[in-house]
Amino acid sequence: MTKQAWPILLGLGLIVLIALPLVAGKFGLDLAARIMIMAIFAMSLDLLVGFAGMVSLGHAAFFGIGAYALYLLSPQYGGASLFLSLPAAVVAAALAAFVIGLLVLRSSGVYFIMVTLAFGEMFYYYANGARWLGGSDGAYVYQRPSAGPIDLGQGHAFYYLVLIALAASYLLLRVILRAPFGHALRGIRSNDHRMRSLGFATPHYKLLAFVIAGALAGLAGYFDAAQFGVVNPELFGWRLSGSVLMMVILGGMGTIDGAILGAAVLVLLENFLGDLTTHWLLPMGMFIVAAVLLLPQGLIDPASLWRTTRARRHV
Amino acid sequence: MSEPILRAERLGKNFGGLAAVRDVSLDLAPNQIHAVIGPNGAGKTTLINLLSGDLVPTTGRVFFRGTEIEGHALDSIARLGIARAYQRTNIFAGFSIFENCRLAAQARRQPGIRLFRPALGYREVNDAAERALALAGIETRADERASDLSHGEQRQLELAMALATEPQVLLLDEPLAGMGLEEASRITTLIARLGADHAILLVEHDMDAVFNIAATVTVMVDGAVLASGTPAVIRTDAAVQAAYLGEAV
Amino acid sequence: MSDTLIFFLIQLLNAVQYGLLLFLVASGLTLIFGIMGIINLAHGSFYMIGAYLAFVFADVTGNLWLALAIAVPLSFLLGLLLETLLFRFLYSRDHLYQVLLTYGLILVFEELRGITVGNDVHGVPVPHFLDFSIPLTATLSYPAYRLALSVICLVVTALLYLLIQKTKLGMAIRAGAFNREMVQTLGIDIGLIYRLVFALGVALAAFAGMVAAPTTSVFPGMGNQVLIVCFVTVVIGGIGSIKGAFLGALLIGLVDTFGAVYAPQFSGMLVYALMAAVLIWRPAGLFGATAR
Repeated sequence: MTKQAWPILLGLGLIVLIALPLVAGKFGLDLAARIMIMAIFAMSLDLLVGFAGMVSLGHAAFFGIGAYALYLLSPQYGGASLFLSLPAAVVAAALAAFVIGLLVLRSSGVYFIMVTLAFGEMFYYYANGARWLGGSDGAYVYQRPSAGPIDLGQGHAFYYLVLIALAASYLLLRVILRAPFGHALRGIRSNDHRMRSLGFATPHYKLLAFVIAGALAGLAGYFDAAQFGVVNPELFGWRLSGSVLMMVILGGMGTIDGAILGAAVLVLLENFLGDLTTHWLLPMGMFIVAAVLLLPQGLIDPASLWRTTRARRHV
Repeated sequence: MSEPILRAERLGKNFGGLAAVRDVSLDLAPNQIHAVIGPNGAGKTTLINLLSGDLVPTTGRVFFRGTEIEGHALDSIARLGIARAYQRTNIFAGFSIFENCRLAAQARRQPGIRLFRPALGYREVNDAAERALALAGIETRADERASDLSHGEQRQLELAMALATEPQVLLLDEPLAGMGLEEASRITTLIARLGADHAILLVEHDMDAVFNIAATVTVMVDGAVLASGTPAVIRTDAAVQAAYLGEAV
Repeated sequence: MSDTLIFFLIQLLNAVQYGLLLFLVASGLTLIFGIMGIINLAHGSFYMIGAYLAFVFADVTGNLWLALAIAVPLSFLLGLLLETLLFRFLYSRDHLYQVLLTYGLILVFEELRGITVGNDVHGVPVPHFLDFSIPLTATLSYPAYRLALSVICLVVTALLYLLIQKTKLGMAIRAGAFNREMVQTLGIDIGLIYRLVFALGVALAAFAGMVAAPTTSVFPGMGNQVLIVCFVTVVIGGIGSIKGAFLGALLIGLVDTFGAVYAPQFSGMLVYALMAAVLIWRPAGLFGATAR
């Protein structure tokens, strides 16, 4: 795929998504919204993994915080105010990312992977035992939020809001990645030590990236709770963290677009495999194992499949 | 002699039980080239690491313009205007040569985090990067990948990156290693010229270059300073003759 | 002795027993990382597989010891097989891909377990001659099997120590952790060492699952629970350090056991608080190599 083709493809995708409610039924729209929510989540992780080289295996912690924020801000049998609850969820996730970031960023590499996983699990176990959060069964969000005349429970309002959020997140990430900040992040991923010896205070850059990624993950979690009307400790859990990491890597990390593709492929796969067999995680797991062995660059660069097979033949 | 820009006071560094640098004091005067020579394993690179903040000294202190550098943090030392070119090439291998230099210039000119304007839209940063590339003589290859450069050319890129941070102090660790004759003499001339408005600490094996351009030469052996003085004095120093230079000089 | 003191001692025994068990799992994790540089998320699955093997074979043979005799070699073989088929290809790959592949493996193992033995919680009977409690006071007693469990873990720990410190293989293992090239120039087959170390790690984790099965029962998700705690152990002790894993495991055993008794509202969280504290104090863990 050539570089010039991307913007056209992206524009086409946007038009399809805008027009989708004209043709798709409820099932299709719910699925599309689900993909878009996971895409926001995956893009936020791509900022860390693909650009700053920080492999977080606890990113679901911030997703869960966004989701639980909506639950806590929803009146028992009414809908929360969108204008209040959405920023609150994002800020809560960002704050948590700031505090956790201060701790986890003291480590790097494989330590970072383990420590982020452990902190994510800490949230899981806390929510599991906390009665005010609904404990291990979780809790219901009975009504979607609304803002004046816009009720996210009605018509296509929710779908379009998620679409707007996806587009806005995408643009935000594109802008900051093109800015000196983004260039510095890539430098950090390539050679953190050299960046410091040039005079970059790399911990500050990494912390800011961690906070931005956390905030966007919180946004995705907020929409997740609004879509399904339920929160439970699994939203913090390592399984979700692992599955979003898979979206990023399989889609091709460090590309942002790849994260969207990865989210789409995995959500669709989950759906269709889930219909075929109750043991859908088995083929899913085998798919992942095979993908790692065969596609070193992820899905977005399918040419790599050809390259590896060709390279093998020469060996 | 004017006030030194960088001063090392009784620096020492131990690795386990081994003393790599022992009790080294050294003044770096403004607008002068100060060469450090010595056999392999004399502790020259370790000394540079202690000054640049790559290593934290076990004992001793470092002063920049009379103020002690506390904590020895690598990035804050760099922001003082102390740039370092590594002996073992330490670049952003997957990036273009221009981007390597542009990042260096960005470090100097944009100390804060900039989130919104495109990085390539900052003309003064681009210009600084291009000037540094031209000085080091690799401006024609700006768009190639850094990892495609030959060893000698990577040394030039190291120098260009250091220059792109527009430093007051340059710590150069064997900048001529791996270069062809022509390039080496070009870079030697460049370093001599830079010596007019920078304080330079030069670790180098090329004795001709060292004795031609350095104002002061310090000889290190086994982690300690053996002698220090003008090239003429060092050339005739009996201890240096015996320990290191032999009959070659 | 007073009841409170006895109660305290019982908790101490529990803490040590938990810590030793944790060490058996974590030692494999830290060995595999320290020597091959592999981060293995599926390590908890080996613990789970061990427990289920013990359950199945104890059911068939009616004897836990016999089950162990069959299941330990089986899990060692599983380790050899996995190393040859999959992990071998991960050594040169980025940690990211190791995480991804081993995450996929967890899904595969969990589903295979679901298909073969189902998702019910099972118990594994305690061997007959250990199926009694040692009375300590009028009201307090301690199950003999738990005591035996601690002894078993201690014996295995001692064997592991001897293996690594005193044998030729152990020397090669230690050298391999320090310098890959050196081992190769000595003419030792590094591929074989990797295979053996990996299989050893798998067998240790599975063994821990087997001997723990009578006390904890056997349930889906048990592997992941133990994996997370193992990560915390290794982070506290310092990645690659067996000594650190031992100390970290005992610390966690103490904090977790006594936390559950004296601060039940925070139990579950305390282990992570411990980890955070260690991270602030020593970012590379108690015995980890520091970066500078």
